[in-house]
Amino acid sequence: MLAFLIKRIGNAVLVMLTVAFFAFLIFRFLGDPVEMMVNESATQSDRDELRARLGLNEGFLVQYVRFVGNAAQGEFGLSWRNQQSVIGLIAERFPATFELVIIATLLSLAIGIPLGVFTAIGRGRWWAESLQFGSIIGVSLPSFLVGILLILIFSVSLGWLPGYGRGDVVNLGWWSTGLLTQSGRAAVVLPSLSLSLFQITLVMRLVRAEMLETLRADFIKFARARGVRRRALWFRHALKNCLMPVVTLTAMQVGNLIAFALVTETVFQWPGMGMLFMQAVTFVDIPVMAAYLCIVSFIFVTLNTFVDIAYAVIDPRLRAA
Amino acid sequence: MNPASHSPALEVKGLSVEFPTRRGMLTALSDVSLTIARGEILGVVGESGAGKSMTGMAVLGLLEPPGRVCAGEIHIGGKRTDNLDNDQMESVRGRMVGAIFQDPLTSLNPLFSVGQQLIETIRLHSDRSRADARAHGIHLLKQVGIPGADERIDHYPHQFSGGMRQRVVIALALAGNPQLIIADEPTTALDVSIQAQITTLLRRLCREQGAGVMLVTHDMGIIAETADRVAVMYAGRIIEIGSVEDVLARPKHPYTRGLMGSIPALGARVERLTQIDGSMPRLNAIPPGCAFNPRCSAVGPRCLKARPVLVPEAQGAVACFIHHGGVA
Ligand SMILES: Nc1ncnc2c1ncn2[C@@H]1O[C@H](COP(=O)(O)OP(=O)(O)O)[C@@H](O)[C@H]1O
Ligand SMILES: [Mg+2]
Repeated sequence: MLAFLIKRIGNAVLVMLTVAFFAFLIFRFLGDPVEMMVNESATQSDRDELRARLGLNEGFLVQYVRFVGNAAQGEFGLSWRNQQSVIGLIAERFPATFELVIIATLLSLAIGIPLGVFTAIGRGRWWAESLQFGSIIGVSLPSFLVGILLILIFSVSLGWLPGYGRGDVVNLGWWSTGLLTQSGRAAVVLPSLSLSLFQITLVMRLVRAEMLETLRADFIKFARARGVRRRALWFRHALKNCLMPVVTLTAMQVGNLIAFALVTETVFQWPGMGMLFMQAVTFVDIPVMAAYLCIVSFIFVTLNTFVDIAYAVIDPRLRAA
Repeated sequence: MNPASHSPALEVKGLSVEFPTRRGMLTALSDVSLTIARGEILGVVGESGAGKSMTGMAVLGLLEPPGRVCAGEIHIGGKRTDNLDNDQMESVRGRMVGAIFQDPLTSLNPLFSVGQQLIETIRLHSDRSRADARAHGIHLLKQVGIPGADERIDHYPHQFSGGMRQRVVIALALAGNPQLIIADEPTTALDVSIQAQITTLLRRLCREQGAGVMLVTHDMGIIAETADRVAVMYAGRIIEIGSVEDVLARPKHPYTRGLMGSIPALGARVERLTQIDGSMPRLNAIPPGCAFNPRCSAVGPRCLKARPVLVPEAQGAVACFIHHGGVA
């Protein structure tokens, strides 16, 4: 198990170095940092001095290593737009996106898994088949359309839930959460539902397919033959065998959710990293874009490594690898 | 003594199983009758598709829908089980009838340790505490000959070899102390060198426990060494049944003779059933008269018109006109 852990974490570090390399290329060669930082009246010698001070005359490798070293400490420089520290800007926005994505993920599991199990064991019954049919609609509706529909119905027509913003936020020092206030919790419902609808149907369809497959397995037949009750058969023996693909799917999709959050955050005016990135793109704010790339990849890679480890915990056969 | 302990481990009377399909009703089993006494081993042989597994699954109440028992009765240890509902059948399986299937590699849930599966089964069928059940599980593993049972109980199925896994499967099948075991080709998937060990173990444990066994196999050698009686199936029917000595040494039905054709002497091992010219008809294409008539060397006019029934004789029974009034 220890060798396994070391191998996975080594892989993750390698991938991050590669990503950092591309972020560095963008940072270093897309636009000239000196031009962006000096004011109009600066002389050539001012510029040269700044160039030297920023270390831009040193070798490529030295600069890359310094970039990685800084990035590892969360140091991405100043935003070209408002001269604030980039990492400060992202840290300020990160909790909003994180809470949105996590709640969307939890929703997709809490709703998708039971729906998948029930549509599998009720196969052929009208209610299971109509759920299965309904899920096709869920898969094919575009995310922004779902968001707008939700706002129209629950916010504009019924007035039950807020349709934009994050509500009141409680500051816990390094983290700002909307989950501790009534208005914050109400505000997260529609965006997270909109973000997770696709994911819910995905999880449901995956669990259904896996359940149907697993229920045909010999060990299920043998478990029935030794007297295991149907409930235990479905929720213990069969479901556990379906969880691995679900864990993989979920972790892979968290990356996608962060990406899709761009759209959801824009539709719901949700003050997260996605909105920050959209603004950075509009203003060609390269340091913010490079930092966003590094941080989103870091989340991706961490999740993937976590998936591999979770795999090994669920499936004893993989521990040796 | 209560009367149930005198009743046979299994009694099947006139069992028929059918499958409704789009192209009409398929009759997979017709009029199957057999009895297995306690501690007795009944071998069941026949070509693939003859209905051997179907018989076992019907007894276990595990027919795949839409397949269903459409006639006949099944009694396990004197209790009628064919008319029980799903919930009642769940408490029959494991406790009154256990099963061992062909492939030990796929019979165990890969995500649960052997101990978890044993404890689960033991606690389903008794009110032992978890610790008690674990101790009993270790005892069962020792009984089926797994070395180091105290440690092995916490291992996962993939950490066992094929033969060891089939021993675990046997321990699981015996965990509820059933009086009947359905063993459907329990050694077919195993290495030849360990097949005999497994059948010997199965025979010893069932004798000790007084459980009857329905042993489905392709291996006439195993039948000769292990079984007390043998039933031969063809196209969903039993066509001959009798003691192993009689059927192997003096087969009556031409099909059985074909099967035994290449056995030089009783007890000699033959790996596979001998090939008889032609193949068994499919369920939707069974000829009128005797189902075996297209392949039979002794076929007569009567065989094409009427279907012979299983007629009990002094020893065993056979369904063939040669022995009952001639084929003319
Ligand atoms: N679900 C099903 N629908 C229709 N026919 C089936 C089904 N399952 C099995 N059969 C048929 O029942 C017959 C008996 O099969 P089986 O008992 O598995 O044979 P075997 O003697 O090899 O164990 C075969 O002809 C098979 O094609
Ligand atoms: Mg079979």
